[in-house]
Amino acid sequence: MDEPQIYARLAEIFNDVFDDESIAVTPELSAKDVDGWDSLTHIRLLLTVEKTFKTRFTTSEIGKLENVGDLVALIKAHV
Amino acid sequence: MNPLFAELQWLPRAPRDFADRLKAVASSTDPAGRELQALARHALNLNQLTKLAKAIDRVRSEGKSLDPLTPFRLAVLSNSTIDLIAPALAASAARHGIALEVIQPAYDQVAQEALTPDSRVNASKPDAVLLALDHRSLPLRLSPGDAEASAAVVEGAIGYLQALRNGIKANSNALCIFQTFPPPPEPLFGSLDRALPGTMRNLIDGINRELAGLVLGWGDVLLDVAALAETVGLSDWHNPQLWNMAKFSFSDELIPLYADHVARTVAAIRGKSRKVLILDLDNTVWGGVIGDDGLEGIKIAQGDATGEAHLAVQRLALELRQRGIVLAVSSKNTDEVAREPFEKHPEMLLKLEHIAVFQANWNDKATNIQAIAEELSLGLDAMVFLDDNPVERGLVRKLLPQVAVPELPEDPAWYARTLAAAGYFEAVTFASEDLKRAGFYQDNARRASLQKQAGGVDAYLASLDMTITFQPFDATGRARIVQLINKSNQYNLTTRRYTDPEVVAAENDPEVFTLQVRLADIFGDNGMISVVICRPGVVGDWEIDTWLMSCRVLGRKVEHMVLREILEHARAAGISKLSGTYKPTDRNKLVVDHYAKLGFAKVAEEESGVTRWELMVEGVEPESAPMKVVSQGFSPMKENSLR
Repeated sequence: MDEPQIYARLAEIFNDVFDDESIAVTPELSAKDVDGWDSLTHIRLLLTVEKTFKTRFTTSEIGKLENVGDLVALIKAHV
Repeated sequence: MNPLFAELQWLPRAPRDFADRLKAVASSTDPAGRELQALARHALNLNQLTKLAKAIDRVRSEGKSLDPLTPFRLAVLSNSTIDLIAPALAASAARHGIALEVIQPAYDQVAQEALTPDSRVNASKPDAVLLALDHRSLPLRLSPGDAEASAAVVEGAIGYLQALRNGIKANSNALCIFQTFPPPPEPLFGSLDRALPGTMRNLIDGINRELAGLVLGWGDVLLDVAALAETVGLSDWHNPQLWNMAKFSFSDELIPLYADHVARTVAAIRGKSRKVLILDLDNTVWGGVIGDDGLEGIKIAQGDATGEAHLAVQRLALELRQRGIVLAVSSKNTDEVAREPFEKHPEMLLKLEHIAVFQANWNDKATNIQAIAEELSLGLDAMVFLDDNPVERGLVRKLLPQVAVPELPEDPAWYARTLAAAGYFEAVTFASEDLKRAGFYQDNARRASLQKQAGGVDAYLASLDMTITFQPFDATGRARIVQLINKSNQYNLTTRRYTDPEVVAAENDPEVFTLQVRLADIFGDNGMISVVICRPGVVGDWEIDTWLMSCRVLGRKVEHMVLREILEHARAAGISKLSGTYKPTDRNKLVVDHYAKLGFAKVAEEESGVTRWELMVEGVEPESAPMKVVSQGFSPMKENSLR
């Protein structure tokens, strides 16, 4: 799966998790940019990503995530 | 993960336009409850449940009605993170007809919340408190091989749980819902863990066993999370990564399943469990089509894989009937053809005598199911319809959305398990009346046919040789009283729901007049069929807080006899006036004229449809009915003044 495809899937996931169609999913996007992106929504986001891409991340992989760019790189490494 | 359970496969998949329909609910001015419930009746994932809960919150915060959902306030005490679970609970509750308000105190404040009188949980006066605790909340010290230490640990854990209960009872008197504890799947010795005292598995087994017995004795409610976790698999249930990262007690993928189990338990507390199982015949009760394959061709024998699958359905239906679920048949067949296997096939477990209403004809199934509901005097929301044919299922769901219609997999081997997994018949208590209930409804059908022959209703009533027994509330009748209060919808003047502790309070209050009514006749004992609570109003006045009756004794003039009894006690207590209220719901139109028929005068009619009625105690002589009256157990003082 290439990056544009991953971003497209992520856009759907963000829309679903945050219930907000207006979020532009860019590499720089991070929790401070989105209303309601708190620690629990973060978990829900990652669980949805894991489910969608049919993979499981390790605790340390999750701990290193800083922004959407990191997440996309992690997904690429997994699928 | 097993998809039947993890994905709630008995529910239809969510529609494509799920999100749009939710948005439409939020912006609509129509009452939202029905559409929210319709959306909730799909298999929803955690994100969908979260969205649905948000929509419910929005409706509530705008002050709009969630009717016909029944309000319920549930406080959740947990040693784990429940922030993602709370919305799932509210959304799943809508599926079961409950408008759930979740009270969620700060993380891991279990003992403080239970024991402090003005804590958030206690101050909110919840209907029930869910103790969503796992083994990490208990003081469990392992002591392998040391039976004495092990017993002390079990006792300590039970003591802790009991202390929480005592705190909640003392401070808010809420019903407590206790969860059993799923053992973690990390063995210490291996198989020996089961047998050796003081291992984790051994301790948790002991605690679960003891807790289960205690909870029922306390009149509280048990949620067997250990059984649920074992059903899906302990290694799928426990997720150490999620515990470490976010203090989730169990896997996120099982939150929808857990939430549905909490919701069905709450619904059962409110008497919303279903009462009737309606069976399709061809390819559901037996393999094949009786009209085409004939008696010799249908598959129903032991030794035939397909036949055994259908026998499993029959066995489950019979077991349900034994615990009081009424069975009915709806089949597209000629009546004689459909009855033939019941009468002549030696391997059939189900017999005609087990079926309360048998509808085999060529009408559509929605019409038939409606006829069944009418014949049984039960609401459509008491019905479950089991049919292998997706077209029939779709039709019934569309025309009769109140009926529960489980999705079924292609292979009949899984039918029985799917039906059982859906939990339609969840019960939180079991009274001896339940055992007989399926029979009651069947006797009713027989009474109805006798009525057709006997001609005059009065002559028929006299021929029933009825005995009516009046008693005040007592411990023996309590489970059934609570059950009737929480599930009677149709013959119920005010539809007030009370928990076990609230009923005990009424029972013990000398100012409150309570009545439990039993009826027996030539066909047998109907058990308890009516409940009345009168509370003191203005001086010399009894306010009839609750008056309900089981619909299976409709048309017997029981209500007239109940009024006579109330009047007798009112006179003895020096009461001069009875005040009654009719509070309309979408189910109790049956009793709109209840008070008028009993000679009460209407004194007020509110815009909401609520009507208020009065009857002066002196000088009235309500109509009597041909039955023997037994009045017992009332305090001797009252009895003396009565005789």
